[in-house]
Amino acid sequence: MGDRRRIKVLISVIGLDGHFTGAEIVSRYLMDAGMEVVYLGIYQTPEMIVSAAIQESVDVIGISSHASNYDQIGMLLDLMKQNGLNDIPVICGGTIPRQHAETLLKRGVSKIFPPQSSSESIVNYITSIVKR
Amino acid sequence: MVNNTVKKIVNGDVMTAAKLIRDIDDQVPETREILKALHGYTGKAYIIGVTGAPGVGKSTIVDQMVRDLRLNGKTVGILAVDPTSPFSGGAILGDRIRMQRHSLDKEVFIRSLATRGQFGGLTQSTLSAIDVLDAMGKEYIIVETVGVGQGEVDIARCVHTTVIVVVPGLGDHVQAIKAGIFEVGDIFVVNKADRPEAERAVTYLRSMIGLAKKEFKNEGWEPSIIMAEALNNKGIIELLNEIEKHRRSKKVGDILVAGKRDSARIQLTEMIKSRLIEETLNRITGSPEFEKYLDCIMERTKDPYTACDELLSAMVFGLSLDPCSAPNRTSNHPDEKD
Repeated sequence: MGDRRRIKVLISVIGLDGHFTGAEIVSRYLMDAGMEVVYLGIYQTPEMIVSAAIQESVDVIGISSHASNYDQIGMLLDLMKQNGLNDIPVICGGTIPRQHAETLLKRGVSKIFPPQSSSESIVNYITSIVKR
Repeated sequence: MVNNTVKKIVNGDVMTAAKLIRDIDDQVPETREILKALHGYTGKAYIIGVTGAPGVGKSTIVDQMVRDLRLNGKTVGILAVDPTSPFSGGAILGDRIRMQRHSLDKEVFIRSLATRGQFGGLTQSTLSAIDVLDAMGKEYIIVETVGVGQGEVDIARCVHTTVIVVVPGLGDHVQAIKAGIFEVGDIFVVNKADRPEAERAVTYLRSMIGLAKKEFKNEGWEPSIIMAEALNNKGIIELLNEIEKHRRSKKVGDILVAGKRDSARIQLTEMIKSRLIEETLNRITGSPEFEKYLDCIMERTKDPYTACDELLSAMVFGLSLDPCSAPNRTSNHPDEKD
Protein backbone atom coordinates (compact mmCIF):
# COMPACT_ATOMS: atom_id res chain seq x y z
CA MET A 1 0.00 0.00 0.00
CA GLY A 2 1.55 3.24 -1.13
CA ASP A 3 2.20 6.23 1.03
CA ARG A 4 -0.79 8.52 0.78
CA ARG A 5 0.87 11.40 2.58
CA ARG A 6 1.24 14.40 0.38
CA ILE A 7 3.30 17.45 1.23
CA LYS A 8 1.08 20.47 1.78
CA VAL A 9 2.63 23.93 1.49
CA LEU A 10 1.15 27.36 2.15
CA ILE A 11 2.47 30.04 -0.19
CA SER A 12 1.80 33.69 0.51
CA VAL A 13 3.04 37.23 0.05
CA ILE A 14 3.06 39.30 3.21
CA GLY A 15 2.25 42.93 4.02
CA LEU A 16 2.02 45.62 1.36
CA ASP A 17 4.17 43.68 -1.10
CA GLY A 18 2.04 43.23 -4.21
CA HIS A 19 4.40 41.09 -6.26
CA PHE A 20 2.69 37.79 -6.86
CA THR A 21 4.60 36.43 -9.87
CA GLY A 22 7.30 34.70 -7.85
CA ALA A 23 4.77 33.19 -5.46
CA GLU A 24 2.66 31.87 -8.31
CA ILE A 25 5.60 30.42 -10.21
CA VAL A 26 6.89 28.65 -7.12
CA SER A 27 3.35 27.37 -6.43
CA ARG A 28 3.32 25.90 -9.90
CA TYR A 29 6.74 24.27 -9.39
CA LEU A 30 5.56 22.69 -6.19
CA MET A 31 2.36 21.43 -7.78
CA ASP A 32 4.39 19.91 -10.59
CA ALA A 33 6.47 18.17 -7.96
CA GLY A 34 3.32 16.53 -6.60
CA MET A 35 2.71 18.84 -3.65
CA GLU A 36 -0.53 20.48 -2.61
CA VAL A 37 -0.21 24.23 -2.43
CA VAL A 38 -2.61 26.46 -0.54
CA TYR A 39 -2.09 29.77 -2.29
CA LEU A 40 -3.13 32.82 -0.30
CA GLY A 41 -2.07 35.55 -2.70
CA ILE A 42 -0.91 39.04 -1.76
CA TYR A 43 -1.50 41.51 1.10
CA GLN A 44 -1.63 38.89 3.84
CA THR A 45 -1.08 39.80 7.48
CA PRO A 46 0.77 37.44 9.82
CA GLU A 47 -2.58 36.75 11.53
CA MET A 48 -4.21 35.69 8.27
CA ILE A 49 -1.31 33.39 7.41
CA VAL A 50 -1.33 31.76 10.84
CA SER A 51 -5.09 31.25 10.71
CA ALA A 52 -4.86 29.65 7.26
CA ALA A 53 -1.91 27.48 8.31
CA ILE A 54 -3.96 26.13 11.24
CA GLN A 55 -7.14 25.53 9.26
CA GLU A 56 -5.30 23.93 6.35
CA SER A 57 -2.89 21.91 8.49
CA VAL A 58 0.13 22.60 6.26
CA ASP A 59 3.65 21.20 6.55
CA VAL A 60 5.60 24.25 5.39
CA ILE A 61 4.97 27.98 4.98
CA GLY A 62 6.63 29.77 2.08
CA ILE A 63 6.77 33.58 1.97
CA SER A 64 7.62 35.27 -1.30
CA SER A 65 9.18 38.66 -0.89
CA HIS A 66 9.95 41.35 -3.40
CA ALA A 67 9.44 44.51 -1.38
CA SER A 68 8.54 43.18 2.01
CA ASN A 69 8.62 44.75 5.35
CA TYR A 70 10.87 42.07 6.79
CA ASP A 71 9.61 42.82 10.29
CA GLN A 72 6.32 41.25 9.27
CA ILE A 73 8.07 37.95 8.60
CA GLY A 74 9.47 38.19 12.12
CA MET A 75 6.00 38.94 13.44
CA LEU A 76 4.73 35.87 11.61
CA LEU A 77 7.34 33.71 13.35
CA ASP A 78 6.38 35.13 16.77
CA LEU A 79 2.71 34.62 16.14
CA MET A 80 3.33 31.04 14.99
CA LYS A 81 5.11 30.33 18.28
CA GLN A 82 2.21 31.81 20.25
CA ASN A 83 -0.20 29.55 18.37
CA GLY A 84 1.82 26.39 18.80
CA LEU A 85 2.98 26.19 15.20
CA ASN A 86 6.70 26.01 16.06
CA ASP A 87 7.06 22.78 14.15
CA ILE A 88 6.11 24.32 10.81
CA PRO A 89 9.23 25.55 8.96
CA VAL A 90 9.06 28.95 7.26
CA ILE A 91 11.01 29.43 4.07
CA CYS A 92 11.40 32.71 2.19
CA GLY A 93 12.27 33.54 -1.37
CA GLY A 94 12.90 36.63 -3.41
CA THR A 95 15.00 39.75 -3.38
CA ILE A 96 15.99 39.85 0.27
CA PRO A 97 19.14 41.89 0.99
CA ARG A 98 21.89 39.91 2.67
CA GLN A 99 21.78 41.72 6.02
CA HIS A 100 18.01 41.18 6.26
CA ALA A 101 18.43 37.56 5.24
CA GLU A 102 20.87 37.02 8.08
CA THR A 103 18.49 38.61 10.58
CA LEU A 104 15.61 36.48 9.33
CA LEU A 105 17.63 33.28 9.59
CA LYS A 106 18.59 34.24 13.15
CA ARG A 107 14.94 34.83 14.00
CA GLY A 108 14.02 31.35 12.85
CA VAL A 109 13.38 31.33 9.10
CA SER A 110 14.70 27.94 8.05
CA LYS A 111 15.92 28.80 4.55
CA ILE A 112 16.06 31.71 2.14
CA PHE A 113 16.05 31.20 -1.61
CA PRO A 114 17.61 34.17 -3.40
CA PRO A 115 16.82 35.07 -7.02
CA GLN A 116 18.03 32.45 -9.51
CA SER A 117 17.44 29.57 -7.11
CA SER A 118 16.52 26.54 -9.15
CA SER A 119 13.07 24.98 -8.84
CA GLU A 120 14.79 21.68 -7.96
CA SER A 121 16.59 23.25 -5.03
CA ILE A 122 13.29 24.52 -3.60
CA VAL A 123 11.48 21.23 -4.16
CA ASN A 124 14.36 19.19 -2.75
CA TYR A 125 14.67 21.39 0.30
CA ILE A 126 10.98 21.18 1.13
CA THR A 127 10.97 17.43 0.61
CA SER A 128 13.97 17.05 2.89
CA ILE A 129 12.53 19.08 5.78
CA VAL A 130 9.08 17.53 5.81
CA LYS A 131 9.61 14.61 8.12
CA ARG A 132 6.85 12.09 8.15
CA MET B 1 -6.57 9.14 22.64
CA VAL B 2 -9.62 8.74 20.41
CA ASN B 3 -11.90 10.09 23.13
CA ASN B 4 -9.67 13.07 23.68
CA THR B 5 -9.64 13.97 20.00
CA VAL B 6 -13.40 13.54 19.73
CA LYS B 7 -13.96 15.73 22.77
CA LYS B 8 -11.76 18.49 21.37
CA ILE B 9 -13.52 18.41 18.01
CA VAL B 10 -16.98 18.47 19.53
CA ASN B 11 -15.84 21.48 21.56
CA GLY B 12 -14.85 23.16 18.30
CA ASP B 13 -11.05 22.92 18.51
CA VAL B 14 -9.90 24.11 15.09
CA MET B 15 -6.39 22.75 15.18
CA THR B 16 -7.48 19.23 16.15
CA ALA B 17 -10.20 19.22 13.49
CA ALA B 18 -7.80 20.53 10.86
CA LYS B 19 -5.24 17.86 11.65
CA LEU B 20 -7.89 15.17 11.55
CA ILE B 21 -9.08 16.30 8.12
CA ARG B 22 -5.47 16.20 6.97
CA ASP B 23 -5.11 12.63 8.21
CA ILE B 24 -8.41 11.67 6.57
CA ASP B 25 -7.12 13.13 3.32
CA ASP B 26 -3.88 11.21 3.69
CA GLN B 27 -5.89 8.05 4.44
CA VAL B 28 -4.26 7.39 7.79
CA PRO B 29 -6.00 4.21 9.00
CA GLU B 30 -6.26 5.46 12.62
CA THR B 31 -8.74 8.14 11.52
CA ARG B 32 -11.38 5.45 11.09
CA GLU B 33 -11.68 4.97 14.83
CA ILE B 34 -12.10 8.70 15.38
CA LEU B 35 -14.67 8.99 12.60
CA LYS B 36 -16.59 6.10 14.10
CA ALA B 37 -16.72 7.90 17.43
CA LEU B 38 -17.61 11.24 15.80
CA HIS B 39 -20.53 9.82 13.90
CA GLY B 40 -22.86 10.15 16.86
CA TYR B 41 -22.29 13.91 16.94
CA THR B 42 -23.14 14.48 13.28
CA GLY B 43 -26.36 15.10 11.40
CA LYS B 44 -27.17 18.55 12.73
CA ALA B 45 -25.61 20.83 10.12
CA TYR B 46 -27.39 22.08 7.02
CA ILE B 47 -25.22 21.22 4.05
CA ILE B 48 -25.15 23.27 0.87
CA GLY B 49 -23.29 22.23 -2.28
CA VAL B 50 -22.10 24.89 -4.70
CA THR B 51 -20.85 23.66 -8.04
CA GLY B 52 -20.17 24.93 -11.54
CA ALA B 53 -17.45 25.34 -14.15
CA PRO B 54 -14.14 27.01 -13.25
CA GLY B 55 -14.31 30.78 -13.16
CA VAL B 56 -18.08 31.20 -12.83
CA GLY B 57 -17.71 32.79 -9.39
CA LYS B 58 -18.39 29.96 -6.95
CA SER B 59 -15.86 31.12 -4.38
CA THR B 60 -17.07 34.70 -4.57
CA ILE B 61 -20.67 33.56 -4.10
CA VAL B 62 -19.66 31.40 -1.15
CA ASP B 63 -17.76 34.34 0.33
CA GLN B 64 -20.84 36.56 0.11
CA MET B 65 -23.10 33.83 1.45
CA VAL B 66 -20.81 33.41 4.45
CA ARG B 67 -20.90 37.17 5.05
CA ASP B 68 -24.70 37.17 5.25
CA LEU B 69 -24.85 33.99 7.33
CA ARG B 70 -22.37 35.52 9.78
CA LEU B 71 -24.42 38.73 9.97
CA ASN B 72 -27.23 36.48 11.14
CA GLY B 73 -24.97 34.90 13.73
CA LYS B 74 -24.70 31.49 12.06
CA THR B 75 -21.51 29.44 12.25
CA VAL B 76 -20.14 28.18 8.95
CA GLY B 77 -17.76 25.54 7.67
CA ILE B 78 -16.50 25.64 4.10
CA LEU B 79 -14.92 22.82 2.11
CA ALA B 80 -13.40 24.13 -1.10
CA VAL B 81 -12.46 21.31 -3.43
CA ASP B 82 -10.00 21.95 -6.26
CA PRO B 83 -8.73 19.43 -8.81
CA THR B 84 -5.56 17.40 -8.39
CA SER B 85 -3.23 17.40 -11.38
CA PRO B 86 -3.52 13.99 -13.03
CA PHE B 87 0.10 14.32 -14.11
CA SER B 88 1.97 15.24 -10.96
CA GLY B 89 -0.58 14.46 -8.24
CA GLY B 90 -0.08 17.98 -6.93
CA ALA B 91 -2.62 20.78 -6.74
CA ILE B 92 -2.92 24.51 -6.32
CA LEU B 93 -5.72 25.28 -3.90
CA GLY B 94 -6.68 28.89 -4.45
CA ASP B 95 -10.24 29.25 -3.22
CA ARG B 96 -9.24 30.96 0.00
CA ILE B 97 -8.16 34.02 -1.97
CA ARG B 98 -11.81 34.98 -2.47
CA MET B 99 -12.73 34.37 1.15
CA GLN B 100 -10.01 36.25 2.94
CA ARG B 101 -12.17 38.58 4.93
CA HIS B 102 -13.41 35.57 6.90
CA SER B 103 -9.95 34.23 7.64
CA LEU B 104 -9.81 35.79 11.12
CA ASP B 105 -13.40 34.92 12.04
CA LYS B 106 -13.25 32.16 14.64
CA GLU B 107 -16.70 30.90 13.73
CA VAL B 108 -15.76 30.28 10.11
CA PHE B 109 -13.65 27.26 9.23
CA ILE B 110 -12.37 27.25 5.66
CA ARG B 111 -10.66 24.17 4.37
CA SER B 112 -9.24 23.51 0.91
CA LEU B 113 -9.22 19.94 -0.37
CA ALA B 114 -7.69 18.48 -3.50
CA THR B 115 -9.66 15.82 -5.36
CA ARG B 116 -6.71 13.38 -5.24
CA GLY B 117 -6.92 10.06 -7.10
CA GLN B 118 -9.79 9.03 -9.25
CA PHE B 119 -11.22 6.26 -7.10
CA GLY B 120 -14.01 8.05 -5.37
CA GLY B 121 -11.42 9.81 -3.25
CA LEU B 122 -13.23 13.09 -3.60
CA THR B 123 -16.45 11.71 -2.31
CA GLN B 124 -14.98 9.66 0.49
CA SER B 125 -12.68 12.16 2.15
CA THR B 126 -15.04 15.06 1.47
CA LEU B 127 -17.87 13.19 3.17
CA SER B 128 -15.68 12.47 6.16
CA ALA B 129 -14.57 16.12 6.28
CA ILE B 130 -18.24 17.17 6.26
CA ASP B 131 -18.75 14.91 9.29
CA VAL B 132 -15.87 16.57 11.12
CA LEU B 133 -17.24 20.09 10.52
CA ASP B 134 -20.70 18.86 11.47
CA ALA B 135 -19.41 17.40 14.74
CA MET B 136 -17.65 20.71 15.45
CA GLY B 137 -21.12 22.24 15.57
CA LYS B 138 -21.07 24.31 12.38
CA GLU B 139 -24.67 25.23 11.58
CA TYR B 140 -24.03 25.54 7.85
CA ILE B 141 -21.52 23.63 5.79
CA ILE B 142 -20.85 24.80 2.26
CA VAL B 143 -19.11 22.38 -0.09
CA GLU B 144 -17.68 24.02 -3.17
CA THR B 145 -16.69 21.72 -6.02
CA VAL B 146 -15.37 22.40 -9.50
CA GLY B 147 -16.79 21.05 -12.67
CA VAL B 148 -19.49 18.79 -13.89
CA GLY B 149 -18.14 15.31 -13.35
CA GLN B 150 -19.66 12.29 -11.69
CA GLY B 151 -18.02 13.19 -8.40
CA GLU B 152 -20.02 16.36 -8.21
CA VAL B 153 -23.22 14.49 -8.90
CA ASP B 154 -22.37 12.20 -5.99
CA ILE B 155 -21.70 15.18 -3.77
CA ALA B 156 -25.06 16.59 -4.80
CA ARG B 157 -26.76 13.49 -3.43
CA CYS B 158 -25.12 14.03 -0.08
CA VAL B 159 -25.96 17.68 0.49
CA HIS B 160 -29.33 19.18 1.31
CA THR B 161 -29.37 21.96 -1.24
CA THR B 162 -27.37 21.97 -4.46
CA VAL B 163 -26.64 25.35 -6.00
CA ILE B 164 -25.38 25.32 -9.56
CA VAL B 165 -23.63 28.44 -10.78
CA VAL B 166 -23.56 29.35 -14.44
CA VAL B 167 -22.56 32.48 -16.31
CA PRO B 168 -23.96 34.02 -19.48
CA GLY B 169 -22.31 33.09 -22.74
CA LEU B 170 -21.06 29.62 -21.86
CA GLY B 171 -23.24 27.94 -24.43
CA ASP B 172 -26.81 27.27 -25.37
CA HIS B 173 -29.41 24.96 -23.92
CA VAL B 174 -27.68 21.94 -25.45
CA GLN B 175 -24.79 22.57 -23.09
CA ALA B 176 -27.24 22.68 -20.24
CA ILE B 177 -28.64 19.27 -21.18
CA LYS B 178 -25.42 17.46 -21.78
CA ALA B 179 -23.70 18.89 -18.75
CA GLY B 180 -25.52 16.21 -16.77
CA ILE B 181 -25.62 18.36 -13.68
CA PHE B 182 -28.90 19.86 -14.65
CA GLU B 183 -30.75 17.06 -12.92
CA VAL B 184 -29.14 17.71 -9.56
CA GLY B 185 -29.57 21.47 -9.28
CA ASP B 186 -32.05 22.78 -6.72
CA ILE B 187 -31.18 26.40 -7.32
CA PHE B 188 -29.48 27.85 -10.37
CA VAL B 189 -27.53 31.06 -10.08
CA VAL B 190 -26.83 33.02 -13.23
CA ASN B 191 -23.82 34.92 -11.97
CA LYS B 192 -22.19 37.92 -13.65
CA ALA B 193 -25.72 38.88 -14.64
CA ASP B 194 -24.59 42.33 -15.75
CA ARG B 195 -23.08 40.68 -18.81
CA PRO B 196 -24.86 40.50 -22.13
CA GLU B 197 -27.01 37.42 -22.72
CA ALA B 198 -27.80 36.95 -19.03
CA GLU B 199 -31.52 37.03 -19.82
CA ARG B 200 -31.00 34.44 -22.48
CA ALA B 201 -29.19 32.14 -20.05
CA VAL B 202 -32.16 32.47 -17.70
CA THR B 203 -34.56 31.68 -20.53
CA TYR B 204 -32.62 28.54 -21.44
CA LEU B 205 -32.60 27.36 -17.87
CA ARG B 206 -36.28 28.13 -17.46
CA SER B 207 -37.17 26.13 -20.55
CA MET B 208 -35.09 23.20 -19.34
CA ILE B 209 -36.82 23.25 -15.98
CA GLY B 210 -40.19 23.54 -17.74
CA LEU B 211 -39.55 20.24 -19.49
CA ALA B 212 -39.41 18.38 -16.22
CA LYS B 213 -42.11 20.30 -14.38
CA LYS B 214 -44.16 17.22 -13.58
CA GLU B 215 -41.23 15.39 -12.06
CA PHE B 216 -40.36 18.36 -9.94
CA LYS B 217 -43.92 18.60 -8.74
CA ASN B 218 -43.75 15.03 -7.45
CA GLU B 219 -40.49 15.76 -5.71
CA GLY B 220 -41.94 18.82 -4.05
CA TRP B 221 -39.48 21.36 -5.37
CA GLU B 222 -39.13 23.14 -8.68
CA PRO B 223 -35.62 24.50 -9.26
CA SER B 224 -35.46 28.25 -9.11
CA ILE B 225 -33.24 30.62 -11.00
CA ILE B 226 -31.53 33.60 -9.44
CA MET B 227 -29.64 36.32 -11.23
CA ALA B 228 -26.63 37.50 -9.28
CA GLU B 229 -23.58 39.69 -9.39
CA ALA B 230 -21.65 38.12 -6.55
CA LEU B 231 -18.81 40.63 -6.69
CA ASN B 232 -21.31 43.45 -6.08
CA ASN B 233 -23.24 41.40 -3.52
CA LYS B 234 -26.33 41.38 -5.72
CA GLY B 235 -28.63 38.38 -5.57
CA ILE B 236 -26.97 36.81 -2.53
CA ILE B 237 -29.76 37.54 -0.05
CA GLU B 238 -32.21 36.21 -2.63
CA LEU B 239 -30.07 33.07 -2.92
CA LEU B 240 -30.01 32.53 0.84
CA ASN B 241 -33.76 33.09 1.05
CA GLU B 242 -34.25 30.56 -1.70
CA ILE B 243 -32.04 28.08 0.13
CA GLU B 244 -34.20 28.54 3.24
CA LYS B 245 -37.30 28.05 1.13
CA HIS B 246 -35.82 24.88 -0.30
CA ARG B 247 -34.89 23.75 3.18
CA ARG B 248 -38.53 23.99 4.23
CA SER B 249 -39.78 22.26 1.08
CA LYS B 250 -41.19 18.78 0.89
CA LYS B 251 -38.14 17.60 -1.05
CA VAL B 252 -35.69 18.44 1.70
CA GLY B 253 -38.19 17.29 4.30
CA ASP B 254 -38.08 13.93 2.57
CA ILE B 255 -34.30 14.01 2.45
CA LEU B 256 -34.04 14.90 6.10
CA VAL B 257 -36.34 12.08 7.13
CA ALA B 258 -36.42 9.20 4.67
CA GLY B 259 -33.65 10.35 2.35
CA LYS B 260 -31.08 9.98 5.09
CA ARG B 261 -31.04 6.36 4.10
CA ASP B 262 -29.93 7.41 0.61
CA SER B 263 -27.03 9.42 1.86
CA ALA B 264 -26.13 6.65 4.29
CA ARG B 265 -26.23 4.25 1.35
CA ILE B 266 -23.94 6.46 -0.72
CA GLN B 267 -21.53 6.96 2.11
CA LEU B 268 -21.35 3.27 2.90
CA THR B 269 -21.06 2.31 -0.78
CA GLU B 270 -18.28 4.83 -1.31
CA MET B 271 -16.47 3.58 1.73
CA ILE B 272 -16.65 -0.03 0.62
CA LYS B 273 -15.68 0.99 -2.89
CA SER B 274 -12.56 2.81 -1.85
CA ARG B 275 -11.50 0.12 0.58
CA LEU B 276 -12.08 -2.59 -2.02
CA ILE B 277 -10.21 -0.70 -4.67
CA GLU B 278 -7.41 0.24 -2.34
CA GLU B 279 -6.88 -3.28 -1.15
CA THR B 280 -7.65 -5.31 -4.26
CA LEU B 281 -6.31 -3.08 -7.01
CA ASN B 282 -2.96 -2.61 -5.34
CA ARG B 283 -2.65 -6.35 -4.82
CA ILE B 284 -3.39 -7.04 -8.48
CA THR B 285 -1.34 -4.31 -10.11
CA GLY B 286 1.53 -4.97 -7.75
CA SER B 287 1.76 -8.67 -8.59
CA PRO B 288 4.31 -10.23 -10.94
CA GLU B 289 1.43 -11.83 -12.88
CA PHE B 290 0.16 -8.37 -13.75
CA GLU B 291 3.49 -7.54 -15.35
CA LYS B 292 3.45 -10.84 -17.25
CA TYR B 293 0.02 -10.01 -18.60
CA LEU B 294 1.30 -6.63 -19.74
CA ASP B 295 4.05 -8.42 -21.69
CA CYS B 296 1.52 -10.76 -23.25
CA ILE B 297 -0.71 -7.88 -24.28
CA MET B 298 2.23 -6.09 -25.86
CA GLU B 299 3.21 -9.24 -27.74
CA ARG B 300 -0.46 -9.58 -28.72
CA THR B 301 -0.66 -13.12 -27.41
CA LYS B 302 -3.40 -11.94 -25.08
CA ASP B 303 -6.06 -9.31 -25.35
CA PRO B 304 -6.65 -6.96 -22.43
CA TYR B 305 -10.29 -8.06 -22.03
CA THR B 306 -9.33 -11.66 -21.39
CA ALA B 307 -6.42 -10.56 -19.24
CA CYS B 308 -8.83 -8.56 -17.11
CA ASP B 309 -11.20 -11.51 -16.75
CA GLU B 310 -8.41 -13.90 -15.84
CA LEU B 311 -6.72 -11.58 -13.37
CA LEU B 312 -9.99 -10.94 -11.63
CA SER B 313 -10.94 -14.62 -11.47
CA ALA B 314 -7.54 -15.47 -10.08
CA MET B 315 -6.86 -12.62 -7.70
CA VAL B 316 -10.36 -11.96 -6.50
CA PHE B 317 -12.10 -15.29 -6.85
CA GLY B 318 -9.06 -17.48 -6.21
CA LEU B 319 -8.91 -19.50 -9.44
CA SER B 320 -5.58 -20.60 -10.87
CA LEU B 321 -3.67 -18.32 -13.13
CA ASP B 322 -1.52 -18.94 -16.17
CA PRO B 323 -0.90 -15.69 -18.00
CA CYS B 324 0.37 -16.59 -21.42
CA SER B 325 -0.67 -20.22 -21.56
CA ALA B 326 -2.16 -20.43 -25.00
CA PRO B 327 -3.14 -17.65 -27.30
CA ASN B 328 -6.78 -17.07 -26.48
CA ARG B 329 -7.69 -16.13 -30.00
CA THR B 330 -6.26 -16.46 -33.45
CA SER B 331 -4.14 -13.51 -34.28
CA ASN B 332 -5.78 -11.03 -36.53
CA HIS B 333 -3.01 -8.49 -36.41
CA PRO B 334 -2.66 -6.98 -39.89
CA ASP B 335 1.09 -7.66 -39.96
CA GLU B 336 0.57 -11.34 -39.41
CA LYS B 337 -2.01 -11.91 -42.11
CA ASP B 338 -1.04 -13.73 -45.24
